[in-house]
Amino acid sequence: MSQGPLLEIRHLCIRYRNGRRTVNAIDDVSFEVSPGETVGLVGESGSGKTTLANAILGLIPVESGEIRFAGQDVAHLSFKERRAFYRQAQIVFQDPYSSLNPVRTIGRILAEPLEALGKTDRAAARERARAMLVRVGLPEDAEGRYPREFSGGQRQRIAIARALMPSPRLVVCDEATSALDLSIQAQILNVLQDIQAGSGLSYLFVSHDLEVVKHMCNRIVVLYRGQVMESGAAASVFGTPGHPYTYALREAAPVPNPRLQRARHLAASGSTATPVEKLTPGASHCPFAPRCPYVEPRCLNERPLLQPSQDNGQVACHRYPGWRSAEQRPTRTSDGGTSAPTAASYVPVVVPDLVPDSSARQV
Amino acid sequence: MSALVPLIAERPRGSSGLRPSVHLWLRRPVAVCATAFLAVLVVVSVAAPLFAPYNPEAQDLTRVLSGPSTHNLLGTDTLGRDVLSRLIYGGRRSLLSIVEGLVVVMLLGIPLGLAAGYLGGWTDRVLSRVGEMVMAIPAIVLILVVLAAVPHNEDVAMLTFGVLGTPTVMRVVRGATLQVRRDLYIQAARVSGLTHLRIVTRHILPRVTGPVIVQASLFSAYALLFETGIAYLGLTGNPEAPTWGGMIAEASTVIEQQSWLLVPPGALVALTILALGLLGNGIRDVAVVDDVATRPRRAALRASTALKSAQVDHRDVRPDRLIVVSDLEVVLRNRGGTTPIVAGVSFDIRHGETVGLVGESGCGKSVTALALLRLLPNGLETTAGRALWEGRDILGMPEGEFNDLRGCTFAYVSQDAQASLDPTFTVSSQLSEAIRHHERLSRRAAKERALELLRLVEFSEPQRVARARANELSGGMAQRVAIALALSGHPRLLIADEPTTALDVTVQAEILALLRRLQSETGMSLLLITHNWGVVADICDRTLVMYAGQVVEQSPAQSMFDLPLHPYTRGLLQSHPSLAVAHSHLKTIPGNVPSPGSWPDGCRFAPRCPYVAAKCRADEIPLLAAQSDRDTRCIRVGEILAEVTSA
Repeated sequence: MSQGPLLEIRHLCIRYRNGRRTVNAIDDVSFEVSPGETVGLVGESGSGKTTLANAILGLIPVESGEIRFAGQDVAHLSFKERRAFYRQAQIVFQDPYSSLNPVRTIGRILAEPLEALGKTDRAAARERARAMLVRVGLPEDAEGRYPREFSGGQRQRIAIARALMPSPRLVVCDEATSALDLSIQAQILNVLQDIQAGSGLSYLFVSHDLEVVKHMCNRIVVLYRGQVMESGAAASVFGTPGHPYTYALREAAPVPNPRLQRARHLAASGSTATPVEKLTPGASHCPFAPRCPYVEPRCLNERPLLQPSQDNGQVACHRYPGWRSAEQRPTRTSDGGTSAPTAASYVPVVVPDLVPDSSARQV
Repeated sequence: MSALVPLIAERPRGSSGLRPSVHLWLRRPVAVCATAFLAVLVVVSVAAPLFAPYNPEAQDLTRVLSGPSTHNLLGTDTLGRDVLSRLIYGGRRSLLSIVEGLVVVMLLGIPLGLAAGYLGGWTDRVLSRVGEMVMAIPAIVLILVVLAAVPHNEDVAMLTFGVLGTPTVMRVVRGATLQVRRDLYIQAARVSGLTHLRIVTRHILPRVTGPVIVQASLFSAYALLFETGIAYLGLTGNPEAPTWGGMIAEASTVIEQQSWLLVPPGALVALTILALGLLGNGIRDVAVVDDVATRPRRAALRASTALKSAQVDHRDVRPDRLIVVSDLEVVLRNRGGTTPIVAGVSFDIRHGETVGLVGESGCGKSVTALALLRLLPNGLETTAGRALWEGRDILGMPEGEFNDLRGCTFAYVSQDAQASLDPTFTVSSQLSEAIRHHERLSRRAAKERALELLRLVEFSEPQRVARARANELSGGMAQRVAIALALSGHPRLLIADEPTTALDVTVQAEILALLRRLQSETGMSLLLITHNWGVVADICDRTLVMYAGQVVEQSPAQSMFDLPLHPYTRGLLQSHPSLAVAHSHLKTIPGNVPSPGSWPDGCRFAPRCPYVAAKCRADEIPLLAAQSDRDTRCIRVGEILAEVTSA
C-alpha cells in the first residue's frame, strides 16, 4: 500500500433537519488516520463525534466533503461497493447489550460478516470464529452460547471479535469502553492494544473520557459543536493545550489525586468573578466563544481557522498562543458560581439555560 | 439502581424468541386450556371421518329435531341429520376459511409492515396512507359486492377479507420493526455487509414474531365470526354442505319448535372465538413478562417492611456521628429461596462529611443506599442490621415514622435525574409539592421557596426553569433540579447515587462544585455512590470500597489514594488509565465481579487476587482495623504492604 493516510477526511459537513431548523452536526472537519495509528476523537455530548464515526462507515449520509479510505472515496459508495468496504473498516459500538442479536449464538454472530462478504466456507468461518474468541480472551466453546450468557465486558469482547472477523484495516471504536466498569475497561483496552500490536490495524477511538484517549491514542482531534478545535499529538494536546476548550476539558475532568483536586479548587476560589453581560455572537464565530474566558470581539464575529501550532498540531483559536500567557481576567459565570481562567474547575456556562442544544444561536 | 442491572441482565432481553417462555406459558392454565381446545378442534375437524358418528348429509326423517339422546349425542336437525357430525364436518369449512384469510393477511401484512418500518421514508408514508384507505372501506359491503360478482364462492370472500385485514397487521409489524431497528446490532449487521433482505429476515423478523402471533390469533377470531356471518346469510357454496353459520341459520328458523338446535353451533362458535382471544392474550402476556423481567426495573419502588426494632445500645450513640450502620444485610427473594446481595455492611457517617461508596457494578453499592432509605425494589428485602440516627434505629422504626424522615432528614438523588422528574408537571409545581409536604406553607410561599431553591442550585434564570418540564431540561439542568428537590426538606444526609455519571465532564465539575458549596453552607452529610476515582478524589473525605456485597476497605480518601490497603482497591486504582504509562498495558484485575449467589467461600476476592494464600480461602474474612482510622478486609495486609513498599 501507499505511504499515504489510511483514512482521510476533508472538509466534511453533515447536516440534519430538526423540525424546520437545519443543524450542522459536523461542520468543515478535516483530519486523517495513518496505517497502524490510533487517533482519538474527543468531545462532549453534541460535539458530533458519534455522527462522524457513523458517517465514516456510511451509516449516515454526508452533506459535502470527502471521506477517503486508502485513497478511494467512500463517502458516496453504492450499496455493493459499501459492502466490499466493510471488509476494510469495522465498528465497535458503545452498548454491548443492544449490539448483539439476542436470539443468535455467538458463533453465528461472528460468522455473519464472513458469510455476508461472500466467504461462505462454513468450516473455515467457524474455525476463524473460534480463533478470534481466543484472541479476545474468551473460551472457544463460547461460540455455541447466546449473548445473554455473557457479562457486559464479555459481550464487548464478542463485539470486538465480530469487528475483527473480516481482518479490517480500520476499526472505529465508538465509546467502546464507556459502559464498562473500570477493571473491565482496562481489560478491553489491553485487548485492543494487543490486537493492534499483532495486526497493525488503525483505530479511530471515539470517547468522552480524556484519560482513556490519552492512554490509547497517538493523536487526538478535539471536537466542539461539530468543529475541530484542536488536533495534534496526544501528549502535547493534553500537556500544553492550544485551545481554551481543550484546557477547560482537561481541568474539568477530575483526576484520582485528592491533592491535585484540592489545588485546583483553591486556585478556582482565589479569583473574583464578576458577571458580565450576555454575548450575542455574529453569523460566523468561534463556537466556543460564548463560554470562553478569553473571548474578544473578533471571536464573536469571525470563525477562527485551524492554524499550525507550536507542537506540530493545529489550533482554531484567534487568541492562540496569547491566551495561555494572558493575564488572569475576571470571568463571566453563571451567577453565584466562581471560576477563573486558570485552574478553573469548570467552564462557566452562559448559553441559555433552557435550550440544551443551543446550536440555534450559532447556526 | 445500576447495581441491579447485572442481576437481571443475565436473562435474555427483548420480547424476542418464544423458547424461554415455554415454562411461563405452562404456568397460565387459561391459556393452556385454550390451546388444548383449539388443538382438539383442529384434529377432530381435519380427521372428521374418524370422529363423526354419522354421515353429515345422511337424512333420517323419522327422527327430526330429536334433541340430545344416546343415539344422537347433540340431537338431530330439521332433516334428521346428526348435529354432532355436522358440527365436526362444518368445522372443516370454518377452519379452512380462517386459514385462507390468515395466509393472505400474513403474506401481505408482514412483508409490507417490515418494508414500511425498515425502509421508512417514502415507502413508509405511501404504505401507511394506502393502509389507512383500505381500513376505511367497510368490509361487509365490499365482500357483498365481491360475492355478487363471484356468487357462492366462500374462498374468494375469505381472501378478500384477508386483504382488508392486512393494514392492521402491517401497522403492528411496522411498529415492532421500528423499535427493533433502533437496536445497535442492526447497525452492526449493516457494517458486517449484510444485504437489506438478510438483515430483515435474520435480525428483524425473528423479533417481531411475538406481536405477529397475537395479531394472528385476533384476526382468526374475526375471520371465524365473519365466515359464520356469510354462511348464516346463505352466501356460501353448497347449501347442503354443513357449515356452522348455516346450522345457526337453520336453527333460527325452528327456534320455536326446538330451541336446543341453536345451542351446539352457537356455543361452539362462541367457545372457539373465546379460545382464540385467550390464546392471543396469553401470548401477549408472556411476551410482556419477558420484556419486563429483562429490563432493569425503574418503577416498582416499595418501602421495605420495618425490621424488628433492635435494642439500642447507648454505647453506640456517638455525638459526632450522623448515622451508624451496622451489619446491614439485604437479600433477593426469588423462587426457591434467597440470595444475599449485601452482607454485614457496617459504616458510619459524621456530620458534614462526604463519604464515597466505591466499587464496580454488582457490588451492592446502590442496594446499600436504597436499604438505608427503605426504598428497596420489589424482591429485595433488608433482613438484618440497623442504622442508628440520633439514637433511633431507622431500619427498625415503624414505616409511618420513617416516612416523615425520608425526604427531610434523608434525601436522595439518582443517576437518571431526568427520569426522576415527572414530565407532566412543571419544575415549579413539583418543587412546591415537595416543599408543602415538608412544611406548612401557602401555595404562593411554596412557589417563592421553589424559586429560592432553584437560585440555590445556581440557575441564572430560575423563573424560566420553574416553568419548564423535565423533558425541556438538559441532563445537567435536570440534575440541578433533582438536587433542589432533595434540598427542599433541609436534609441532614443526602444520598447521591452516581449523580454525575451520565453528564459531560464540564457539567460534572459544575455539579460537584455545587454539591461542595451546598454542603459547606448547610452542613449536611453526603453519601456519594460512584465508580469514578476522579470524583472520589474531588469531593470525598472518606471512602468505603465495596466488593461482592461487603465493605472491603474503609479509609480517609487521601490515605487510600496514597496507599490502598485491600488488593481490590489497589487493583481498581491501578486499572485507571491516568496512573499508567501511555500506550503501556494497563494493570487489570483478571475475571469479573462474582454475581450474588456465586460468592466464593473465604475471601470473596481470593479468585482474582494476585496475593492470594491458602489461609485466605479458609474462613470468612472480618473487617480488620489496620490503622486507627482505616479498616481492610484482608488478612495478608501486613505482608502485602511489606511486599509493595519494598518493591
